[in-house]
Amino acid sequence: MSTELTDLGIAQIRDGFRAGDFTAREVAEAFNEAVAGAKMLNAFIVETPEHALAAADAADQERAAGDVRPLSGVPLGIKDLFCTEGVQTTAASHILEGFVPTYESTVSERLFLAGAGMLGKLNMDQFAMGSSNETSHFGNVISPWRRNDGGNAALTPGGSSGGSSAAVAARLAPGVTGTDTGGSIRQPAAFTGISGIKPTYGRCSRWGVVAFASSLDQAGAMARDVKDCAIMLEAMAGFDPKDATSLDLPVPEWEANLSSDLKGKTIGIPREYRVDDMPREIDALWERGIEMVKDAGANVIEVSLPHTKYALPAYYIIAPAEASSNLARYDGVRYGLRDLPEGANLQDMYAATRADGFGAEVKRRILIGTYVLSAGFYDAYYTKAQKVRALIVRDFSRAFETCDLLLTPTAPSAAFALGEKSDDPLAMYLNDVFTVPSSLAGLPAMSVPGGLDQSGLPLGLQLIGRPLDEQGVLNAALAIEERAGFVMRPQIWW
Amino acid sequence: MSVDTNTVRKIASLARIAVTDGEVEAMTGELNNILTWVEQLGEVDTDGVEPLAAVIPNELRLRDDVITDGDIRDKVLANAPQAEHGFFTVPKVIE
Repeated sequence: MSTELTDLGIAQIRDGFRAGDFTAREVAEAFNEAVAGAKMLNAFIVETPEHALAAADAADQERAAGDVRPLSGVPLGIKDLFCTEGVQTTAASHILEGFVPTYESTVSERLFLAGAGMLGKLNMDQFAMGSSNETSHFGNVISPWRRNDGGNAALTPGGSSGGSSAAVAARLAPGVTGTDTGGSIRQPAAFTGISGIKPTYGRCSRWGVVAFASSLDQAGAMARDVKDCAIMLEAMAGFDPKDATSLDLPVPEWEANLSSDLKGKTIGIPREYRVDDMPREIDALWERGIEMVKDAGANVIEVSLPHTKYALPAYYIIAPAEASSNLARYDGVRYGLRDLPEGANLQDMYAATRADGFGAEVKRRILIGTYVLSAGFYDAYYTKAQKVRALIVRDFSRAFETCDLLLTPTAPSAAFALGEKSDDPLAMYLNDVFTVPSSLAGLPAMSVPGGLDQSGLPLGLQLIGRPLDEQGVLNAALAIEERAGFVMRPQIWW
Repeated sequence: MSVDTNTVRKIASLARIAVTDGEVEAMTGELNNILTWVEQLGEVDTDGVEPLAAVIPNELRLRDDVITDGDIRDKVLANAPQAEHGFFTVPKVIE
């Protein structure tokens, strides 16, 4: 029974539970068992089987009383960037090791109020800074996928939401939360053959989400298919007065309005995304994606986003600048780690705590951010980057005058091996070349599986929409999903 | 613009991160690589462009001007490495 239940997605679990095909407890037990049996993947930092069971028991009782909630019976994984009341939340850092929030993030609270249970806290890149899940204080997450060359090279599940993507791909959770600052939902989704959506900036509350770069951070949903993402996102999104940038708008009925009929839609192909050294397979995937949306009735045109090449360098000024400011709060005084060397004064304590508590990539970004914000350099770096960002936003606005959506590859390659890029920060940053521009513009964007490369690894296609047009993004992704026929899954080796 | 080891030490000090000599050496190279790379932004003509303030237009909401400390002192202190008498405590600041 248990293997069958973990094969189900969110919609199937929800509907089967309502129909009485199985109990919520059976579902929770099956996923708890899958989580407990997959420690080799290192996808979870903390497992919370009792939370999943408690929510399941409540769901079973409610159903007996004839009452169900939107996510009753569905257990989920929660990225460790979301504060969870009474459950350790570390952002995969040492400096927050042992931090047990006394409050619940708005997004996780909404999911729990909708009836969902929590399987555990998912591993990630430390403070969401990374594209391979190799910066976690709690060790690398290993992708459940392997190349078909017979080798056992450990591959990255992508990052920063690497525990999230690995958990869904390995059938340890039917759906998970992710967060996306420059591609941290979409790139891991692409690397593991799952779907993931980052909504418009402001759709999901940032309250209780450990801050990285506040003008970019946005929570989203990751699941096995487009419909499951729509269901989850509906439960996560919505106005929250506790987040100053939360959008005071009703949450659309994304699931009910799903339609893969793209007649009347125009999809733009940004020519600047054809980067020089793009692998042939990525180009071929993109071509197949274009054929799929045409087949669904869309009109396809070429568009131009002239400032695309400047998005990454602008991002690597803006994101570290905001991070250096946000991470100033980790001082060894209010929460988390305190390192107090013998005879140390307050300043020594700050410096020792932060030296010990932050990993190398986090320190690198704090130092870059501190430098670009420092006296005399602020205008040359930060103001310049925010001007370039305005031009990137303008590029998108102009493109959306002639098209409704954009279609691009999600990442410039399939998943790479752990260790392959970890010595070269710049090579790692370039992984986000296709996802960063839409993050800088706050646009809704989604990755959907498009096929496999020659090594048998998943590749993703990205849809980018106008502000607030999650529906358009989901619908085009659904059209691709129906045509790509992506049913591949990793063989269980763990 | 490039940074030297003294600049890296100064930035690390501003960021309140203790660094070893070895780390300063390594970070100087890494930071210079990254800073050289971001300097390509200089190619972009941004004359007359306003720096971006908000990606999605949104009105800043105001709350009532009342004192609200949440009345959750113990919750606020619950994760403190050291708290006494309802306060965070730190090493002696004044010698």
